[in-house]
Amino acid sequence: MIEHFSLDGKRIPFQPGQTIMDAAMQAGEYIPHLCHNPEFRPRGSCRLCVVRANGRSVAACTSPAREGLEVESDTPDIQADRRSLLQMLFVEGNHLCPACEKSGNCQLQAVAYYCGMLAPDFTHLYPVRELDGSHPDFVLDFNRCILCELCVRASRDADAKGVFGISGRGIGAHLIVNAPSGKLGDTDFDPHDRAAQVCPVGAILPKHKGYDVPIGRRIYDRKPVSLVGDVADHQEDMS
Amino acid sequence: MSAPSPEQAAGTQLERWGSDSDNLLQMLIGVQAALGHIPEAAIRRFEAALGVGRARIEGLIGFYAFLHHRPRGRFDIRVADNIIERMRGSRELAEALAGRLGCPPGETRVDGRLSLGYTPCIGMSDQAPALLVNGYAIPAVEHARLEQVVALVEANTPLADWPPELFEVALNIQRKDLLLEAAVEDGAALAALKASGADALMQVLEASGLRGRGGAGFGLARKWGFCRQAPAEAKRRVVVCNADEGEPGTFKDRVLMQDPQQAARMFEGMTLCAGMVGADSGFLYLRGEYRNLLEPLERELQRRRDAGLLGKNIAGIAGFDFDIAIHLGAGAYICGEESALIESLEGKRGNPRDRPPFPVTRGYLGRPTVVNNVETFIAAALVAVQGADWHRARGTEHSAGTKILSVSGDCARPGIYEYPFGVTLQQILDDCGAADTQAVQIAGAAGRTIPPDEFQRRVAFEDLGTAGSFMIFDQSRDLLEMVRNFNDFFVHESCGFCTPCRVGTTLMQKTLAKVSRGHAAPMDLDTLRRIGELMRRTSHCGLGATAPLSVLDTLDKFPALYRDRLSDRGFVPGFDLDAALSEARAASGRDDPRAHLEGDGV
Ligand SMILES: Cc1cc2nc3c(=O)[nH]c(=O)nc-3n(C[C@H](O)[C@H](O)[C@H](O)COP(=O)(O)O)c2cc1C
Ligand code: SF4
Ligand code: SF4
Repeated sequence: MIEHFSLDGKRIPFQPGQTIMDAAMQAGEYIPHLCHNPEFRPRGSCRLCVVRANGRSVAACTSPAREGLEVESDTPDIQADRRSLLQMLFVEGNHLCPACEKSGNCQLQAVAYYCGMLAPDFTHLYPVRELDGSHPDFVLDFNRCILCELCVRASRDADAKGVFGISGRGIGAHLIVNAPSGKLGDTDFDPHDRAAQVCPVGAILPKHKGYDVPIGRRIYDRKPVSLVGDVADHQEDMS
Repeated sequence: MSAPSPEQAAGTQLERWGSDSDNLLQMLIGVQAALGHIPEAAIRRFEAALGVGRARIEGLIGFYAFLHHRPRGRFDIRVADNIIERMRGSRELAEALAGRLGCPPGETRVDGRLSLGYTPCIGMSDQAPALLVNGYAIPAVEHARLEQVVALVEANTPLADWPPELFEVALNIQRKDLLLEAAVEDGAALAALKASGADALMQVLEASGLRGRGGAGFGLARKWGFCRQAPAEAKRRVVVCNADEGEPGTFKDRVLMQDPQQAARMFEGMTLCAGMVGADSGFLYLRGEYRNLLEPLERELQRRRDAGLLGKNIAGIAGFDFDIAIHLGAGAYICGEESALIESLEGKRGNPRDRPPFPVTRGYLGRPTVVNNVETFIAAALVAVQGADWHRARGTEHSAGTKILSVSGDCARPGIYEYPFGVTLQQILDDCGAADTQAVQIAGAAGRTIPPDEFQRRVAFEDLGTAGSFMIFDQSRDLLEMVRNFNDFFVHESCGFCTPCRVGTTLMQKTLAKVSRGHAAPMDLDTLRRIGELMRRTSHCGLGATAPLSVLDTLDKFPALYRDRLSDRGFVPGFDLDAALSEARAASGRDDPRAHLEGDGV
């Protein structure tokens, strides 16, 4: 027997074991998210997918769907919370969209447009972060990392390489590379790795093809993220 | 005696803990203690021996505040810096140490003799100011003691040869009730288990109304019942005692564990739990700040094994096998949250897990796990012997029994107070000799700020729940300093997993600093509220959800704190132009008044 819950009044079918996010995605309903990708174990850390389920705030990507659950997602107050979270991600790093190669192919930017975030509002933290250009095919720009851990999960679970990890804590949490030098060039990271294709922002960038697809013809330039979906599903459009 | 080589130090740990990467954190703590840091060669040894990636090891060193890549001084001194310690001169103490020893806070002296720094509350608020030397606590560091510490460091006297009285910690028990007065023999709870059986005792616990004492107040019988029913291979369930006691202002678990009789009861409560739910392994997760309790507690465990109260066929019950290991924490408040604690037990970074599944169904290594507080296990051991009515004789309908409070701050008699649930704040204030009280901070930095017109409120789960922290502030105090101190604490302790807490705590810190400087506009207060409410709604765990409470409470109940400091201008940019000029000042070697913008901006 198929069970159902409601998402903003729409009836969404689900199978036992699915999360609210799984079922919504399957039904073609969009709930904003950054750290989620159905290929990997959900993490629930960006908090963008927080919805109200029977009155309680929960992350859609980690909360099991239940029969009869009433889920609210696209309401003015929840969208306002999402804008605040996005603003936090923008001021936490150094995101200079006009100068970023990923502009137009960036999911952070696309979700911000979708949620109607116009300005960062909060005080910029301007962290000092380094660039790692040691790999022949990729640049790591830590300035834009939003700690979604998609690369960590992809490299560990899909590529069986474990190239990435997280160190530090709190506002000092940061991505690290699993090599004594800490450099990507000293790992077996490879362009065919799934981890090379999942970064939602411009933190893991392929070299030599920055503007092969001109701005204006990029993934999110013409259609919103709610219709286009995740960056990770559009690798062919980026190269 | 010369220090071991990094390989030797790592080897010793591998021998002690086995080649199980679940114990990696304990091994790193051991190397840090032996060498004062975790050198490259030790990391390589662990990588090879345990088959773990280097990123995992680095991730741990980066997460736990007491682990370091770079060498610390031979004497690693950390001055406790919670607001209560500050009120008792922690900053002056650190400055004095810095001056006398020639080592500013935050640094290591060039000869490697010492490192000096600050650390959050170390569970000594009733005998502040206090500090840790290589993890060992020295309370009440006033003039004479300060001189003594300075002399010992300068003489390079090995810590083991420092006078033992420096490390003596007073119990300061001021009021006893049910728990602290009970006279029950060692082993009595296990005898009751043998006599009545688990089912009958479960009913006693249920009838007693006993709820967890670590803060949330979850029903004990329900928790143990869930675990007992959770499917598990044979009796492979797990019992964990949460002795992380990281909440600023609490120290009651420290006092309980210091008292041999109570420590014995705590272990007995854990063993009772194991017998009732069907568990074969137990852990005491002891915060690193309580390092001085490790050996006495290990001795008590050995005594219990020798007495047949741990090990095989415990208390003569055939097939009842259970033992307890002590794991140390390493400077991470979040590891008091039960699922982060379990991650830490597994040798990982202390990021809280998703719940569900709850630890009672999937905990340590996926096995059903009970996590309870020190005081809860003691209460359970007593209830098993004394019965439900004994427990119900105190407290309220929804909060049966008593609560042990850690009272500190502006009062004549700080210390431990055991009260029946339902006691009013005013009663506690009267008993401990507090006068002219401006506010009570109940339940720690994560708790509520209570103004005098609410002092008739009660300590009870149905009114003000608390794990026991009770900090008192009189009229002479600036509560904004309290709020900022708590916020700094959360900036330091956020695990960094989720966006609202990781970024929100820091944004609040900046905004509070702006308020304090007199640069804030009304808009900034709206920002504080907006961030705080966002954190409450969207954080992944209780840390982020409670971190903004003192800000939100003071905005509501002490609005003058903020209002009186507002700038008279409608908007002040968050960007601090004067601070931005500091690089230019450094480059030009100038710091005269004309190289600064005026205090009130451009
Ligand atoms: C951030 C955070 C820190 C916590 N710290 C502690 C602690 O130090 N000691 C404790 O017993 N419980 C702590 N808790 C509560 C535990 O998660 C858990 O509820 C408790 O150990 C259960 O034991 P009890 O039912 O006996 O209270 C903390 C919770 C959070 C969210
Ligand atoms: S590098 Fe990209 S994929 Fe990896 S954690 Fe950062 S933002 Fe996520
Ligand atoms: S709320 Fe804070 S402590 Fe809890 S998971 Fe999020 S970042 Fe970590």
